Amino acid sequence: MSISGVEFVGQQAVAAETAEEAGKIEGRSQWQLTWRRLRQDKVAVGALIVILIMIVLAIAAPAFVAITHHPPNTAYPIQGETEAGNPVPPGTAGFWLGTDGTGRDLFIRILYGARISLFVGFVTTALGTGAGVAVGLIAGYFGGVIDTILARFTDAVLAFPYVVLALALAIVYGPSLPEMIAVIAFFSWAAIARVVRGQTLAIKEKEYIEAARSLGAGPFRIMFIDILPNLLAPVLVLATLYIPTAVVFEATLSFLGLGIQPPTASWGNILADAENFYTVAWWYVVFPAAALLITTLAFNLLGDGIRDAMDPRTERVLASARRRRRGKLKDWVRDANAAGEN
Amino acid sequence: MAILGFLIRRILTGIVVVWIVASAAFLLFFARPVITVARQLAGRAATPQVINEVIRNLGLNQPIAVQYWHFIDNLLHGNLGFSYYTGESVNTMVRQDLPPTASLLVGGLVLWLIVGLAVGIVSATRARSVFDRLSSLGVLIGLSMPTFVIGELLILYIFVPLNEHGIRFIDTGYAGPSQGLGPWVGHMLLPWITLAAVQAAVYTRLSRGQLLDTLGEDFIRTARAKGLSERRVIFRHAVRAALTPVVSQLGVDIGQLLGGAVVVETVFGLGGLGQVSVQAIDTDNGPVIVGFVVFAAVFVVAANIVVDMVYALLDPRVRIS
Repeated sequence: MSISGVEFVGQQAVAAETAEEAGKIEGRSQWQLTWRRLRQDKVAVGALIVILIMIVLAIAAPAFVAITHHPPNTAYPIQGETEAGNPVPPGTAGFWLGTDGTGRDLFIRILYGARISLFVGFVTTALGTGAGVAVGLIAGYFGGVIDTILARFTDAVLAFPYVVLALALAIVYGPSLPEMIAVIAFFSWAAIARVVRGQTLAIKEKEYIEAARSLGAGPFRIMFIDILPNLLAPVLVLATLYIPTAVVFEATLSFLGLGIQPPTASWGNILADAENFYTVAWWYVVFPAAALLITTLAFNLLGDGIRDAMDPRTERVLASARRRRRGKLKDWVRDANAAGEN
Repeated sequence: MAILGFLIRRILTGIVVVWIVASAAFLLFFARPVITVARQLAGRAATPQVINEVIRNLGLNQPIAVQYWHFIDNLLHGNLGFSYYTGESVNTMVRQDLPPTASLLVGGLVLWLIVGLAVGIVSATRARSVFDRLSSLGVLIGLSMPTFVIGELLILYIFVPLNEHGIRFIDTGYAGPSQGLGPWVGHMLLPWITLAAVQAAVYTRLSRGQLLDTLGEDFIRTARAKGLSERRVIFRHAVRAALTPVVSQLGVDIGQLLGGAVVVETVFGLGGLGQVSVQAIDTDNGPVIVGFVVFAAVFVVAANIVVDMVYALLDPRVRIS
């Protein structure tokens, strides 16, 4: 690095500082910073777009019925089945992705399955997140016996084979959408509760909590007004990563016949039905499996992206990678210029 | 001696856990109105007489406390009850259906640990290499794939084409080790891969992260400074320290393994405890479900005790007390 180069950068930096002092300094909240970092993450943006497309397709399912004239539960034994009674391949007789085992439009059924999957995914995650945050806050804040009981209970739920409980509940109450949502939500809160509890234990010792208490704030005000906002970042990441788990959970229960019951379409029960047609209809397995995989992969990638974006260390990693690419000096110059122009 | 006291305490806690699970399963099923249970068993078109007979035969007319006492009494004598339909002992059913499940769990567990740890260790020692990036991608796909979808895709793209070309080595259904090693592996290979896939992804991610953290520790620098070979540093120093959290995670995942077994057995038609319990659901066969749940609880508790012992052996900092 030459001396003149350093001087050049120094001048620019001084110019930049002066420019900033002129009133261009803008405070950014953590959420704004996160959003800025997330927008630069091409994978996360792609995943977000895929999720939005899925949501739009799910909402617009009736519009596709209007276009194809194939309601989700209507069988077409003549156009929709081969002479041997097998599904017809994609593109035949207006069935874009072919038909299923009883001659119904596979594409339309996958769209209606998406409605169920996304609905169950969002609802159970919301319920589980709310419950997990409440349990974690109470256990962490009050401590003592309450904490011991709640923490043991949380560990027990985490270690319990969920399929066994789902089996037990399905036999008692009969498989249905509310029963399934209850089962999935019951298993979704524990991981969040554990993280929230740990964070609460650390935060409640901070001075500002003491300050709040000395001002006369009650325990619930402290928990929800003073502690909770500090926990939103990890909770948001965990919740985003839980959605694909819930989607898989729903599909698995429906696959086992313990969730959504036919003729209502769900990705799980479509795939369960497809088992009988392995040798004659690859599309019957591949398309619903692809829909399921694309959705869960997109949520996982988005969750990872949000986690990286929330982590201030990521910014430095990205920045240093940029600097390595362009050469350090050039990058400083560019930054300084950019700041000067503002 | 400390280890003996630890063992006794863990076993006592384990018994309490099993008792709670058993009671919960019993109450969930038997605290319903008797008439609901009987009507389900007798069929929709049953006359009141038939329903009454069913209630009497199955002892459902007794107060719930008496039924519960019988249930616990039987349990203490190692009797899990009798099937509603065939009158077969649930103990016998467990013994009959255990081999496929045990084959599946043992093979799946070995495969998942070997693949998960090996890929994780290689990825961590070659962070940011092509291998690391590919394995990260594989991990994400593995995490996003439901178990039954992996199973169905394996059947569609491996079993079906092989079978069409007359290669019958890979097969569905169950064959025990007593029928020869070849048939056993042939029947179990795809189920093992299916069961291991998702968990292998979790363990790859976990062991990679742990090992990367450990490799930054001071004692690793010291080991290198002593002039130890890189292989020795990684396997004798780093991996051992990095593995302890992985082992404790294993205790949590053993319960999930059983859930996976239910799905895999259903996909591949292996029979076994999982598939039979799904069938018992369809027929509303309460004693079978409750019996299997108790058996599963015993298994999870026992496995967790073993995991804790291994944990203590691996990490000298963990004091058993």
